Amino acid sequence: MAIPVNSSQSPILSLNGIVKTFPGVKALSSVSLDLYAGQVTALIGENGAGKSTLVKVLTGIYQPNSGTISIDGQVVSLATPTHAARAGVTAIHQETVLFDELTVAENIFIGHAPRTRFKLVDWRAMNRNAAALLEQIGASIKPTSLLRDLGIANKHLVAIARALSIDARVVIMDEPTAALSYKEIEELYLLVEQLKADGKAILFISHKFDEIFHIADRYSVFRDGELVDDGMIADTSSATLVKKMVGRSVGSIYPSRTNELGETILRVEGFSHATEFDDINFSVKKGEILGFYGLVGAGRSECMHSLFGVTRPSAGKLTVSGKSVTLKSPADAIAHGLVYVPEDRGQQGAITGLSIVDNIALPSMKATSNKGFVRMAQEYALARDYTQRLELKAAALDQLVGELSGGNQQKVVIAKWLATKPAIIILDEPTKGIDIGSKAAVHLFMSELASQGLAIIMVSSEIPEIIGMADRVIVMREGRQVAEIESESVSPELLVSAAAGIAEAGTA
Amino acid sequence: MSSTDTKQGTSIPDRLRSPFTRAITSWEFLLLCVAILIFFLNVQASPYFLDPWNLSDATFNFTEKAMIAFAMALVIISGEIDLSVASIIALVSTCMGFLVQLGVDTPALVAAAILVGAACGAFNGVLVAGLGLPSIVVTIGTLSLFRGIAYIVLGDKAYSGYPESFAFFGQGYVWWVITFEMVLFAVVALLFYVLLHRTSFGRSTIAIGNNPTAALFAGIRVARVKFFLFVLTGIMSAVAAVCLTSRLGSTRPSIAAGWELEIVTMVVLGGVNILGGAGTIPGVVIAAIVMGMVTFGLGLLNVPGIVMSIFIGLLLIGVIALPIIIRRARQRVGS
Amino acid sequence: MSSFKFSRDVLLAFALVALVALVYTRFPEFASVKSLSGVFNDTSILIILALGQMAVILTRCIDLSMASNLALVGMCTAMLNAAIPALPIPLLVVIAMLLGALLGCINGLLVWKLDIPPIVVTLGTLTIFRGIIFLISDGQWVNAHEMSPAFKALPRAHFLGLPVLSWFAIVSILGMFVLLTRTAQGRALYAVGGHPNAAVYTGINVGRTRFNAFVLSGALSGVAGYLWVSRYAVAYVDIAAGFELDVVAACVIGGISIAGGIGSVAGAVLGALFLGVIKNALPVVNISPFWQQAISGSAIIIAVIFNARSERRVGRIILKKAEQV
Repeated sequence: MAIPVNSSQSPILSLNGIVKTFPGVKALSSVSLDLYAGQVTALIGENGAGKSTLVKVLTGIYQPNSGTISIDGQVVSLATPTHAARAGVTAIHQETVLFDELTVAENIFIGHAPRTRFKLVDWRAMNRNAAALLEQIGASIKPTSLLRDLGIANKHLVAIARALSIDARVVIMDEPTAALSYKEIEELYLLVEQLKADGKAILFISHKFDEIFHIADRYSVFRDGELVDDGMIADTSSATLVKKMVGRSVGSIYPSRTNELGETILRVEGFSHATEFDDINFSVKKGEILGFYGLVGAGRSECMHSLFGVTRPSAGKLTVSGKSVTLKSPADAIAHGLVYVPEDRGQQGAITGLSIVDNIALPSMKATSNKGFVRMAQEYALARDYTQRLELKAAALDQLVGELSGGNQQKVVIAKWLATKPAIIILDEPTKGIDIGSKAAVHLFMSELASQGLAIIMVSSEIPEIIGMADRVIVMREGRQVAEIESESVSPELLVSAAAGIAEAGTA
Repeated sequence: MSSTDTKQGTSIPDRLRSPFTRAITSWEFLLLCVAILIFFLNVQASPYFLDPWNLSDATFNFTEKAMIAFAMALVIISGEIDLSVASIIALVSTCMGFLVQLGVDTPALVAAAILVGAACGAFNGVLVAGLGLPSIVVTIGTLSLFRGIAYIVLGDKAYSGYPESFAFFGQGYVWWVITFEMVLFAVVALLFYVLLHRTSFGRSTIAIGNNPTAALFAGIRVARVKFFLFVLTGIMSAVAAVCLTSRLGSTRPSIAAGWELEIVTMVVLGGVNILGGAGTIPGVVIAAIVMGMVTFGLGLLNVPGIVMSIFIGLLLIGVIALPIIIRRARQRVGS
Repeated sequence: MSSFKFSRDVLLAFALVALVALVYTRFPEFASVKSLSGVFNDTSILIILALGQMAVILTRCIDLSMASNLALVGMCTAMLNAAIPALPIPLLVVIAMLLGALLGCINGLLVWKLDIPPIVVTLGTLTIFRGIIFLISDGQWVNAHEMSPAFKALPRAHFLGLPVLSWFAIVSILGMFVLLTRTAQGRALYAVGGHPNAAVYTGINVGRTRFNAFVLSGALSGVAGYLWVSRYAVAYVDIAAGFELDVVAACVIGGISIAGGIGSVAGAVLGALFLGVIKNALPVVNISPFWQQAISGSAIIIAVIFNARSERRVGRIILKKAEQV
């Protein structure tokens, strides 16, 4: 039963004057927010604007220092996640449902499983209910299969089934499409429509503006822990939202580049892996930015990992600066002037428990040390040099990287690779999850590097980034190279159709 | 050669706090205060404490363990653990005892000991670094296996009859009250200090403990470093086995039983993060001395060894809990 | 790709049967019902402890203090019995359980409230509990003649053809099975170990769940303390010294992942029985009991290699070609 969109109706959930402070930081200052039945409210803000803190307040993980939360006009206390669930608030988060070793049914019902007369878990009822929920959202998943045997998209469906299982009235979706492919995102949109039709209030958090304009009815913009604007999506434009989000207007995000391409520095021929990718062929020239586009899970990162020596390829020939090489480990790759800036900053990039100087000096230890003994002066000199070039903002070079903002952490990660003075740099999703300001800085820096003669391979899932930055684009699908497109002929339609396999478009 | 004076507009200062503030807020400083306190309590408690020969004797109850503790510190900093060290002592000691029966002399005994220790460490290293198995389980397995071999060889018997020249390692004096073991302890401490804090190997060890994946991506040969750390621990266990066997003059399969947990306690007390990624050698040195003094002081008061373990246990939990409690209390006052 | 796979527990059961069969070829009597129930009875205490350890390991913790807990509670019950022989034995068992739970409580609180790594906490309490035994007993033994006949008789008494000691193990097994598969608390143990962050979002209190696991392992250690002391009819400072590692070994052999979230009651029981069979079979086939430690060490190493192979996550397979092979 559809509930008509009506802004004069009273909100299901409303936040009033919520304040949340941490030692030294005011994460939320006097935030108010209303969520209405049958409407999608987009929550927009840069990283560190207070979005995730707000989600944690709503799901009972954090307690606000002051302010009230009311549901249907009644003031409630969401003291624990269980209270929040009972009050009908649920979050579909990348971490909501991730018990790989438990079954699908249990993942849906953990915390509120049906019980028998003796207060024991009723597995039969649980499996039955889970099957019904999964059918309702059109997912063909067996309730008894283990979660670890499911793909990422199906895991999301399980998360949604869970949200339905607790009969939530308020559903928070925190970057639900971050790990989904084009087709899966379309399916998610349909589900959101269904949730709307069921009269649920949806809080939708996303960095992608096309998505927000596609799906949201209302918006709330956060900046530095404050609500700076809210209203109906129909009354605004993406330019206005960006301006409000960053507090200034952002001009053309992508730097214009006119590059002299040098000689070919890296040539990859017949590069294959047993299970992840097959027969990849390309070359990069000095001063060139080569884009790698594809859906999530197309095998791009896996291919780059093999190139960098992390995993072993099954076949293929690598030529660096005219010499044939085999790279058995990242140490080998770095020695040959090939570096890789990983997608996953927290896991593979920055060592958050170490200082800025330690992080930057780590891959360059061969150069800064003398016969295996470290030389602190050299390390500091290196760190000083590169942090200045990247305009890093930090209190001191011996500050821990974990204390920096996401954008600054990414700068440290890039600095540490540049300090090895590479000839070829692979950037895997270089601007994923960082705010617009830092994004522009990273893009500008990339074009500077290219103009200095560095060869850049950029893996990206963001079409504007690929079109804005790359001189040439290689598209991968299901582990295979399906297209190679020059920058003058590239278009969003061409990229999407090649990546999704809609039509065989664009060849080398 | 620091050149901090070449500051430009946007440059970031090198250090947040001066080395001095850093030092007096460090774990090692806190531990040093504890050590001094225990020293004075001991002086108060017993008139025999300050006797140089007594003090010299007292060092035996920590020097051997501490030599292993330095290597263990590196293993723990790299995010692993080695519970098989005491069993390596048993196996090494048994091998030496076996060779003595064949008439092998001191230099060859020591060489064989080091070789067996390194081989045991390499076995752990292959399983942990090569096959990627969890070290806590692997070394519980080799703990049983290595000592088990000693039991198979010796049963309820014992080896003795070590050559006279062999006695020097555990009973010899270099000068006045300075034992050979003290000198060895100091030299090993210095070597490990340099290894951990002054070499790129040590830097790699710390990086691996913080984040092994990021360390691998930064070009560190993670498996190789871990393998070497286990071999190093095996070698240090062998060195300790030489000293201990020499001091006792005999080998039973139960030799050094339970040392693994005492050594881990020493390392953790020394401020090494049991979860990996942080720790210092000076911290371990002070922790070894603290543990030695507690044992010695209580011994002078005729407190039995088993009761001392209560103090060690309380010390272990106390020194870790105290900073946490203080930090919590401060936060509560702050908010 | 073949979807045919054995569960770890079934495979371990096969290994156990094979082991018994091997002994049978040398000494047929070993495979008799009487002899096998004797092995089970002999392994009962290890089974009880392994079940408690499993609960703790499932939550990504470890309890190294179990054997010291056992020894301390064992000493307390023995001294209590020596002092007040009239105290009914069932009451004494309850006291042992509560006392053990209290000791487990200390571990649990330190882990929950102060966030100290479990290995450090239980390493500390391991030595502290052991030291306390010395303090309360003054280093003296409590010998058989000081214990009341009822105290010593209970584990040996037969009920439905099995010694009461075995029944303690059976009840523990059934209790743990229901707890782990049919109660919310039991499932929470898996959730906490499998993915602590996600557990928070589903409303599970991670620290509290770990605390519960420690209390449970403490309570089981306490009961095992009474059983040990009454069975061997002696209590002294060093009883069960080093047994904590045997318990961890039983869990590892039983396929319980040290990384948390994976494990079953059947695994823990089979792991303990595996060690029990080895211990009981060695004298039967004329191998010196001094071989036992080396054999169980090898078993642990083989088990952990095997577990790692079956636990290894299959990476996402991108190529269609590879999927069809």
